[in-house]
Amino acid sequence: MCLWCRIRQKIPKKKKTYYAAHVMTPLLSAPGKKMAAVQDAPMELDAEKETKPEILSDGTSNLSGNTASGTLSSPPLTAGGAPKQEDQQTLIAVLQFLRRNKLTESVEILRREACLEDQEDSQTLDGSGGGKGDGDGGDANSLLSRVSIASAAAPQSTLTPIPVKNDQPDVSVVLSAYSQQGDPSLYQVYYSSLKNFIESVLDCHRAELSQLFYPLFVHMYLELVYNNHENKAKAFFEKFSGDQECYYQDDLRILCGLTKKEHLKGNEALLDFRTSRFVLRISRDSYQLLKRHLQERHNNQIWNIIQEHLYIDIFDGMPRSKSQIDSMSGSFAGETRREVNKAKVFYGLLKEPEIEVPLDDEDDEAENEEGKPKKKKTKKDSMGSKSKKQDPNAPQQNRIPLPELKDSDKLDKIMYMKESTKRIRLGPENLPSICFYSFLNAYQGLTAVDFTDDSSLLAGGFADSTVRVWSATPKKLRKVKSAAELNLIDKESDDVLERIMDEKTASESKNLYGHSGPVYGVSFSPDRNYLLSSSEDGTVRLWSLQTFTCLVGYKGHNYPVWDTHFSPFGYYFVSGGHDRVARLWATDHYQPLRIFAGHLADVTCTRFHPNSNYVVTGSTDRTIRLWDVLNGNCVRFFTGHKGPIHSLAFSPNGKFLASGSTDGRVLLWDIGHGLMIGELKGHTDTIYALKFSRDGEILASGSMDNTVRLWDSMKAFDDMETDDFTAATGHIHLPDNSQELLLGMYHSKSTPVTHLHFTRRNLLLAAGAYNSQ
Amino acid sequence: SSSQSGMTEREERRFAEVPRESIKLMAESSGVELSEEVAALLAEDVCYRLREATQNSSQFMRHAKRRKLSVEDLNRALRWSNTETICGYGAQDALPFRPLKEGELFFVEDREINLVELALATNIPKGCAETMVRVHVSYLDGKGNLEPQGTVPTAVQSLSEDLLKYYQQITRAILGEDPHLMKVKSVSHDLDQLNRLLHMVKSLVQNPYLYLGSYVRSLVSSVMYCILEPLAASINPLNDHWTLRDYAALLLSHIFWTHGDLVSGLYHQILLSLQKVLSDPVRPLCSHYGAVVGLHALGWKAVERVLYPHLPAYWANLQAVLDDYSVSNAQVKADGHKVYGAILVAVERLLKMKALSLTLAAEGSGAGLPGTTTGAVSFRENSPGLSPPPEPLSEPPLGIASHLQAGGAGCPWEEWTPVSLPAMYCELYSFFGDSLAVRFSTGLPLGGVPPPGPCQPLEGRKEPASSAPNLENTRKMPQLTASMNISPRQDGSPRMEPQPPSLAATVPGRSLARSSSSSVSRSRSSSSRPGRSTSQSRDIFPKARFPLPQAGPPAFSFIIGGRQMGRRCQGRRFQTSFSPTPPLTTHPPRAYAHKLPVIGRVSKPVRRWTCSHYSLHLPL
Repeated sequence: MCLWCRIRQKIPKKKKTYYAAHVMTPLLSAPGKKMAAVQDAPMELDAEKETKPEILSDGTSNLSGNTASGTLSSPPLTAGGAPKQEDQQTLIAVLQFLRRNKLTESVEILRREACLEDQEDSQTLDGSGGGKGDGDGGDANSLLSRVSIASAAAPQSTLTPIPVKNDQPDVSVVLSAYSQQGDPSLYQVYYSSLKNFIESVLDCHRAELSQLFYPLFVHMYLELVYNNHENKAKAFFEKFSGDQECYYQDDLRILCGLTKKEHLKGNEALLDFRTSRFVLRISRDSYQLLKRHLQERHNNQIWNIIQEHLYIDIFDGMPRSKSQIDSMSGSFAGETRREVNKAKVFYGLLKEPEIEVPLDDEDDEAENEEGKPKKKKTKKDSMGSKSKKQDPNAPQQNRIPLPELKDSDKLDKIMYMKESTKRIRLGPENLPSICFYSFLNAYQGLTAVDFTDDSSLLAGGFADSTVRVWSATPKKLRKVKSAAELNLIDKESDDVLERIMDEKTASESKNLYGHSGPVYGVSFSPDRNYLLSSSEDGTVRLWSLQTFTCLVGYKGHNYPVWDTHFSPFGYYFVSGGHDRVARLWATDHYQPLRIFAGHLADVTCTRFHPNSNYVVTGSTDRTIRLWDVLNGNCVRFFTGHKGPIHSLAFSPNGKFLASGSTDGRVLLWDIGHGLMIGELKGHTDTIYALKFSRDGEILASGSMDNTVRLWDSMKAFDDMETDDFTAATGHIHLPDNSQELLLGMYHSKSTPVTHLHFTRRNLLLAAGAYNSQ
Repeated sequence: SSSQSGMTEREERRFAEVPRESIKLMAESSGVELSEEVAALLAEDVCYRLREATQNSSQFMRHAKRRKLSVEDLNRALRWSNTETICGYGAQDALPFRPLKEGELFFVEDREINLVELALATNIPKGCAETMVRVHVSYLDGKGNLEPQGTVPTAVQSLSEDLLKYYQQITRAILGEDPHLMKVKSVSHDLDQLNRLLHMVKSLVQNPYLYLGSYVRSLVSSVMYCILEPLAASINPLNDHWTLRDYAALLLSHIFWTHGDLVSGLYHQILLSLQKVLSDPVRPLCSHYGAVVGLHALGWKAVERVLYPHLPAYWANLQAVLDDYSVSNAQVKADGHKVYGAILVAVERLLKMKALSLTLAAEGSGAGLPGTTTGAVSFRENSPGLSPPPEPLSEPPLGIASHLQAGGAGCPWEEWTPVSLPAMYCELYSFFGDSLAVRFSTGLPLGGVPPPGPCQPLEGRKEPASSAPNLENTRKMPQLTASMNISPRQDGSPRMEPQPPSLAATVPGRSLARSSSSSVSRSRSSSSRPGRSTSQSRDIFPKARFPLPQAGPPAFSFIIGGRQMGRRCQGRRFQTSFSPTPPLTTHPPRAYAHKLPVIGRVSKPVRRWTCSHYSLHLPL
């Protein structure tokens, strides 16, 4: 399953584009050499070509075995050993899709490589009796419907894990599952009888069983709609929509507008709701109670829905409390299954390359003057961060091929180390100073901001499709001279790098024109040579900060691209958009290297892990997913937010993740254990910016409510003991300590905080557009 | 179909809906005939699509990091669902949406534009300014910068949400929309702003729930600035910076009395800086004026310690100014008179208080006070030792009344010779001549409690005082009257700072002041002053102070406040004077304006003060 990415992107109606399964290509071995060489092949979209595995792995022997060959081989199991059977079913579905789209060559390749020839037939027979008997029939629908039935039958063994990622087969197939129905007039009776039952059970069970309300409600409503019982559906909605948890309001608003079968077909979010089974976690006792009740009452309608559309993750032990449930629920897809977050994640940092730092005498003297104790401290710090030991939790150094360090990168690293010795140690007693970069006269609407790591450049994306780059230092921005002029330069001279710059073009800011829609994301490359911007026009563009021109336009999303982010080592970048997938790109490839599919709604923000081996995405479906760059697997799935996620930040040590959403809350996650470990309440509006201080002691959050808040992240991490028990069960008790953790709240004047950045010395930079209204 | 209508009814409650009639109309307008059924289906679908588009558009809004859904957002959603976009509604301003009374029709107003006029218009709109980035350090080490540009001081951060809103409103009320105001110096050209700032300081000081702590020092320094500095506003003689200085001085003393204990050595620091200004002949007269007023506000002991010893030296300078009758000197001379008046007031009170203190000491703390004495007097007895320099506070009741009378009708009571301080008096008299004595005579009787010795003459003289002929004044103060003609501004006569507690007495005085200020010439003391007001002030004077109920309605609430506060602590007496007690706020500001204690001449500023005062105070 993980070997290729599922076809989940919407097919745009405007452009006829072929989509085929992306065969996962091994990542390039030595990308650094080709880094800037992006004048590759023409950008035609050729489906046939695309599906061919690009075997580029010349020296990737270090890659993990199953991908080293660069071809499809047995898929690594996603979580806790997903049954192979399921994978194959999905494979078949894909095959059908390819066939239907006359992509015969791809079909052949896929069949050959997945060794499916034999299994295909037998597989179809595995379906639980339903459907027609013919094997690999030309009618895709019939086959697929069998596949979906087959998977629908699986919940009989609800305890056996089911693959995380359900494929999304054809629309009509999805909906056909709703065709089996009971008497529509009895739906209200069914639902209210269950409701009465749940309300009558013991308190400890009630909270758990109440989780059933929302998914049942939605499925029953959709069934009624699907079967053209419009009035009954409306009555049903009227009667029971009030019972749902407040954090489902947004969904309900969408639902209540949807009353026709035709409308249902066009609504991807609800189709996804249907295909991805809503996950509930219920203790065994509560589950038994429910089961007994439904069987006694012969409430088959409900039982069927539970069996077919819900995934009940049963655990042994005490039922969870209401607050425990509330902290984890709220997503569009239910909760996380326990086994999903069991996969090993190498969250440690990569070993820093050993670079001799030439000791600068001046610096030393200056430090002596400042005072000895300080010097001692900082020295220790720098030692700590430069630890030569391999972090046990770190991935192998070359798990993901990374570009080689250039001389300029080494220089920059030295600069970084020097700066970090002067870094201010932050803490509750020692809060950072805040500099606010206000964008004035931003009538065209500031939509995205980024700083370079050394805080020397500042980029803004605007709703008028422009990207503007400012110099945050007195040094002005200059372009490289034209080719003709460059020819005249003495290339042997020492200051050739200075000479190639055109002094006439020096200015404080540069405008980059090229997009044809609002620019929703900007990201600097770590070496400050490139800038990425993602826009509503469906493209991601790579700009050169030497020439201030556009180098590449990466097309692939075809829908608005909400966010993009460069890998901390450069070369790779990730983007996510309205097509509900995140894509991993390399700057010198016009096709994505990986497609991370699984979110049920738009991918709103994307971030690279500090070790570049993982990518995290937040979505409008109110979930967060951590993806393994190596194999494209979703290795962590976090639920708990009650609104679309708009900001994400990794702690500098890579162990923790912070996420902010429209609900005004920041949630903290332990990546290693896959647990929520903190909830920071206080903001009153969407949190658009999150950043950890350089040492991770402070978390800064910036919001639409015109405030920056500082949180004691150290305390938050320390307070939460992730003992084995909580790690095993995933049941967390969140202390309500937001007020203790809040170290400061800082107001800006009518300026929503769009971006936050800690300088290398731990000065906090905030940016936003002044809003005169 | 009945069920359908019932359904649409229900739906109408949930969303706005496009009725099928509209659909039919639209179809007809494009030449298509639709059956009822088709129209109904279409209407429903259109509604759904619209809702869908709206929901999608909200995503564009969120990603643009806005709160307001724009037409552009909806257009993007439409574009992505392959629908034609709506053109012509991209303007940022809200479009007026009007109903048509006949028929339930709503439409966007679309005025005709005269293109010729537009093309020939001379007011060509300027292009919008270049987008730029400005950086400022908002918070240093997590603490608010003292000059919060576009940010809120840290002290505010701890406030709850409600308080924060309140804070924002207050700052807006005080600062207007100008964020640069926090610095006094930057606004020294704008008296209004300075006034507002001072009022803000006052309300800060008055707020009993506020612990100012170390902020007192900075407050004092900014108030001192207003008192002493030659403000940019002073350049224009039309600016009434005198009032500002008076008010600031008052405020200074108030801060000092109420919060002086928070900062050690404050008193001496203030005195020193005042002294420095006073002894610096290079400083402009307005600074000197400020120093004198400041000293006066700090109490007679301050006057005695600083002003009195400096007087001989200073007098020479002042005299030189006053004696120069050249036209070019007119303005300076006017200022000189101002200073003269201020010194006079200060010195007179000094004399009075000194006399009083002596007599009181002799009498044993006013043991012999008759029950009929004023609250002010009785208060004075109780409190002498309470706060470090208590006297000035007890004095005020006399202050205003006396100066009013003095300003009005100079009374020739210079014959009075204080037993206790003849030397001082002699010296002062040598400077001021007749104009000095006025205060004595009128003041003391009011002070009540006349000790046998000095009192007797006073009692006797009271009569003449009340009938004081205006002529006297003109005779005794030739310089003043002359100067008045030069500039209406200058109020050479000792128009006193607003010793608040004696507000009752101020009432008539205020009206008097106003009437006089409105008259262009200085003749207020003699001819133009309406006899009514003079006599009124005289008549009311003794009565008004004690019997609360009968005095003018608004004025009296004041006095009550004054007295009660006074009992508790002397230091508070000032406060009472300008802190409008709650009932006051209900009075119309205009009425209040008359009662506001003011130094110097007040015409417009009074009202403005009160207004701003009100705006500040009401929320508190």
